[in-house]
Amino acid sequence: MPRPHFFAPSQARLVQFVWMAVSAVLAAMTLFPLFWMVSIAFKTPAESFSPNMIPAAPTWQNFIYVLTEVPFLRYMFNSFIVSATVTVVALLFHSMAGYALARLRFPGREAIFLAIFSTLLVSLPVIIVPLFIVVKTLGMLNSYAGLIVPAIFNAFGIFLLRQYYLSLPRELEEAAVIDGAGYWRIYWSVVLPLSRPILAALTILFFLANWNSFLWPLTITADQNLWVVQVGIANFQSQYSAAWNYMMAASTIVALPMLILFVIFQRQIMESIKTSGLK
Amino acid sequence: MTDQVAQISYPSEERGLSTKHREWLAGYLFVLPDALGLFIFLGVPMVLSLVIGFFEVDGFGGYRFVGLANYQRMMRDPLFWQAARVTALYAILLVPLLFVCGLGLALLVQKSNRFNSVIRSMFFAPHVVSLVVVALVWQLMSVDKIGILSRLMSALGIPGVSLLGDPNLALLAVVAVSLWFLMGYYMLIFLGGLQDIPVQYYEAAEIDGAGPVQRFWYITLPLLKPTSFFVLMISMVAAVAGAQAFDIIYVMTKGGPANSTAVLIIYIYQQAFGFGAFGYAAAMASILVAALVLMTAILFLFTRGGRFEHA
Repeated sequence: MPRPHFFAPSQARLVQFVWMAVSAVLAAMTLFPLFWMVSIAFKTPAESFSPNMIPAAPTWQNFIYVLTEVPFLRYMFNSFIVSATVTVVALLFHSMAGYALARLRFPGREAIFLAIFSTLLVSLPVIIVPLFIVVKTLGMLNSYAGLIVPAIFNAFGIFLLRQYYLSLPRELEEAAVIDGAGYWRIYWSVVLPLSRPILAALTILFFLANWNSFLWPLTITADQNLWVVQVGIANFQSQYSAAWNYMMAASTIVALPMLILFVIFQRQIMESIKTSGLK
Repeated sequence: MTDQVAQISYPSEERGLSTKHREWLAGYLFVLPDALGLFIFLGVPMVLSLVIGFFEVDGFGGYRFVGLANYQRMMRDPLFWQAARVTALYAILLVPLLFVCGLGLALLVQKSNRFNSVIRSMFFAPHVVSLVVVALVWQLMSVDKIGILSRLMSALGIPGVSLLGDPNLALLAVVAVSLWFLMGYYMLIFLGGLQDIPVQYYEAAEIDGAGPVQRFWYITLPLLKPTSFFVLMISMVAAVAGAQAFDIIYVMTKGGPANSTAVLIIYIYQQAFGFGAFGYAAAMASILVAALVLMTAILFLFTRGGRFEHA
């Protein structure tokens, strides 16, 4: 018996076409603000308030100004150092914790896991005041340590890695145990290499999150030499509020590395987010 | 004891610890760095927040116990109530919109093919741009008269609208920007949920003559419950805590005009880092945490503990 289809074949093709057209238009509208940002970044000061999408006389001058007249390279260097350090250390600590919580048996394991899990609901804004006081007490105000150390610890990464290790076959580690390897050796030379795919996805996500973070760096760095790009650009706004071309050139410089990272790793990034939902 | 048996089966171990105890020790050592860090930078601040709320902190780091004074001040402070109202309004507007848009986009690009994977990436792209940049771009687009959005509205026959200058519109603008930034993320979460619904259900329904609307209503929505719960919970907590709102509002409106976009977290931040009123700020943050815990509890209650029966 033929299946009763809801649409006739010709109708179905039309429906599909309309469907695709709607998707494409919505997607283009979504991207418009980003194109607009890049467009203004290439405009001359005289043209920067005009409504045309394609600059009449595109110029690199705005980028050159931002990179030379403002310590923007310094901000980018700070952002890079902070994001890279946080990412590497966080991945090491989280994978160690995730491995232990998934594989090793020790008293209190479930309680520790629950305690870690419950911190998932605590977001930075609600503890910003006491966290500032803790970091100040530890003497880390206005320092790289203050930018980096508190950003390392978050339950999300531990949770995802633990889930991943639960799904790994046990046999590989057991073989290593029989060979007389210690737990560190097993972790380092068996477990870590096996977690390459998830570590790659988390590397990108962590780097992205730290490059884009604003509230914490804003709160603890008064010294301009320690500013990260997001703080630099927010301050830029109050200084050059009428110079749209400079503001958008700076924004483009800050956003572009992440957009490029995203285009290259879009499959990994989107897959890892897709699976992070509640299962 | 079993320890001895273990020792016999692993003669290579010459240290004093049994295998069982070695595993214990390894477990603790592996968890230690993260557990310690989370304790210092999350656990301690959470407790401290409650404690500081009962103190007055002066500019030199001196603490004076003031009992409930900060909480009494809160009750009398019209700006606190204004901030609480704005926060509630922001969440009430944003959460349903995010749910509908996230799910809508997911359904739009659900079919896996090359075209849709490009479209998905386009919807998600705003999420990789920092909120500071996002807010900056939208702010320029909303500038009175010469911003591209203002020009567009004039062209559509509604001139003279001040998107960020009108207290009735500014919060809507902040909600719109938050939506634009977040919808691609929730689209992906929903896509993950849709993937888990077995195709057979849809095939069976189609054979029974169920149309697209019926299939959505009787298969997709019920089977999507765990994902929906997750999305509602995460988006609500983020909206009330101001996870995205802080950056957007700090850059776009600084809480203005006329405090119409001053969500709690912006007001807390002003009090703490603008006026040095750490005690008062911590007290307000405690109320915020209490509200978050209460909302999560209610959501859990309504969904019977976050558990869902699978068909």
